[in-house]
Amino acid sequence: MSVLAYVETWEGKFKKTSFETAAYAAHVAREMGTEAVAVVINATDDPTQLGQYGISTVYNASDAGDFNNYTWANTIVAAANEAGANGIIISGTFGGKMLAGTTAVAFDGALISNISDKPSSVNPMVVRRSAFSSKGFVDYEVKADRFILSIIPNGIGVPQPEDGAADVVSIAVVNDESPVVEVKEVDRVKGQIPLPEAELVVSAGRGLKDPGNWNLIEDLADALGASTACSKPVSDMGWRPHSEHVGQTGIAINPNLYIAIGISGAIQHLAGVSASNKIVVINTDPEAPFFKAADYGIVGDAFEVIPKLTEAVKALKANQ
Amino acid sequence: MKVLVCISHVPDTTAKINFTADQKSFDKNGVSFVINPYDEFGLTRAVWLQEKQGATVTVVNVGNAETEPTLRKALAIGANDAIRINAEPTDAYFVAKQIAHIVNENGYDLIIAGRESIDYNGSQVPGMLAAMLKLPFVNACVGLEVNGDKAEVIREIDGGKEKSVVSIPAVIAGQKGLVEEKDLKIPNMRGIMQARTKPLNVVEPVDAEVKTEAVHYEKPAPKGECKMIDADNVAELVDLLHNEAKVI
Repeated sequence: MSVLAYVETWEGKFKKTSFETAAYAAHVAREMGTEAVAVVINATDDPTQLGQYGISTVYNASDAGDFNNYTWANTIVAAANEAGANGIIISGTFGGKMLAGTTAVAFDGALISNISDKPSSVNPMVVRRSAFSSKGFVDYEVKADRFILSIIPNGIGVPQPEDGAADVVSIAVVNDESPVVEVKEVDRVKGQIPLPEAELVVSAGRGLKDPGNWNLIEDLADALGASTACSKPVSDMGWRPHSEHVGQTGIAINPNLYIAIGISGAIQHLAGVSASNKIVVINTDPEAPFFKAADYGIVGDAFEVIPKLTEAVKALKANQ
Repeated sequence: MKVLVCISHVPDTTAKINFTADQKSFDKNGVSFVINPYDEFGLTRAVWLQEKQGATVTVVNVGNAETEPTLRKALAIGANDAIRINAEPTDAYFVAKQIAHIVNENGYDLIIAGRESIDYNGSQVPGMLAAMLKLPFVNACVGLEVNGDKAEVIREIDGGKEKSVVSIPAVIAGQKGLVEEKDLKIPNMRGIMQARTKPLNVVEPVDAEVKTEAVHYEKPAPKGECKMIDADNVAELVDLLHNEAKVI
């Protein structure tokens, strides 16, 4: 018995959610009184470092080529079988979401996704997940011998690394039954954290009046080291790319800090951001519904408030 | 070309979400239900395939009789016929098994579902369905063009987009981008009239094991009061974020 983490890499490199997944698997394994192992595919970073998050052995599959759902799922399941694992932990990134269902069928396990917390019990396995677009939580119990838990990226966090180095074992890529997917083009923003994984997010809406005013938002984001996002109308009008749209039908995020500027806070928007740890709302309208969901609020003109805020953040950073 | 569009019957976005007093189930009282918003993009895209490429569009839902108005709405939007699999959708594995059975029975060239439903947000059924059918799977699909036995697709990936070509039949989990929000079809009077006489076939479920069980429902803790800061004193906000909230 063991618990296997599928540790995702991004262009070969580990990212925060990689360690989060490894640490979650280690936690579940400890609770179950067993060990945690991991599988990595196409990793260029050194897999031994997963030992710092409680992983004893890493199954290393290389030269898997372009991402193929089935190749990845079958390789993950082969690693799980090799390790005698009865549980698999996956992060709910775009890549992880694509894999979870396929992996669950290949592993013949119970899949619980959108998990927001550590299990409240491991025998039976009971774990809390977010539902109803963050308007509720549901505790699910596993009713099968094997399970796959998909955790919300950036939701549970990464513990401090400890001393340790994992053993690394090579395993073969399993691609014999994969339907062919011919990848033509990958268009990925370099050097930017994907929005669902961002710690700090500065977001703006129609209140900014013109796409030319986004330099104000970018300056604030730069000062904070934050990612930028936007409301649906702003993405619909083409002021900002669709990939920045947070809310229902866009991306759901749960950063440590979400700053919403000139966004009224329609329920569709809140559906994607209300899981944020702290929310700051800046709006000219004191009646904007978003204030009800906020921790901190400023009623004021964005064009006056944001430059001052950017300066104040810079002053804070300069003193740190 | 035969297209199957999977439709979830979900609480309206603006619905107040309540749970029963024993916290064992979702309280449907007073809640209005709609076609899952993520499914609407796929439905409109399928109707375009019908209008422009001669496809026939079938919509399918796993649910009790109460979901029929939602299926009728999908027919009014333009689907040719509907199938209701007469069962409570207990979990994703159960639902995927039911739809896989329908696909095996009837054969479809394209199966389109929403990337997630706005009730349980599981993002599970499409991937499971593809795996059960051993078909190519495209998640978070934001672009779809069908040419002969191939589909050109664009999907969202972490931090970007990927363009690829898959053979069909394939399973597509769609979202905004399959069509734009402004292009979403809404039922007109003629569509609504026609929908009344379009076939809505009810079939019984096949056996499928249940692998998970929802045992407890809970609402998030209510949000505390919003602390208001004067617009002339922005430095105070930065101080609070740093010293009180400790987020910067």
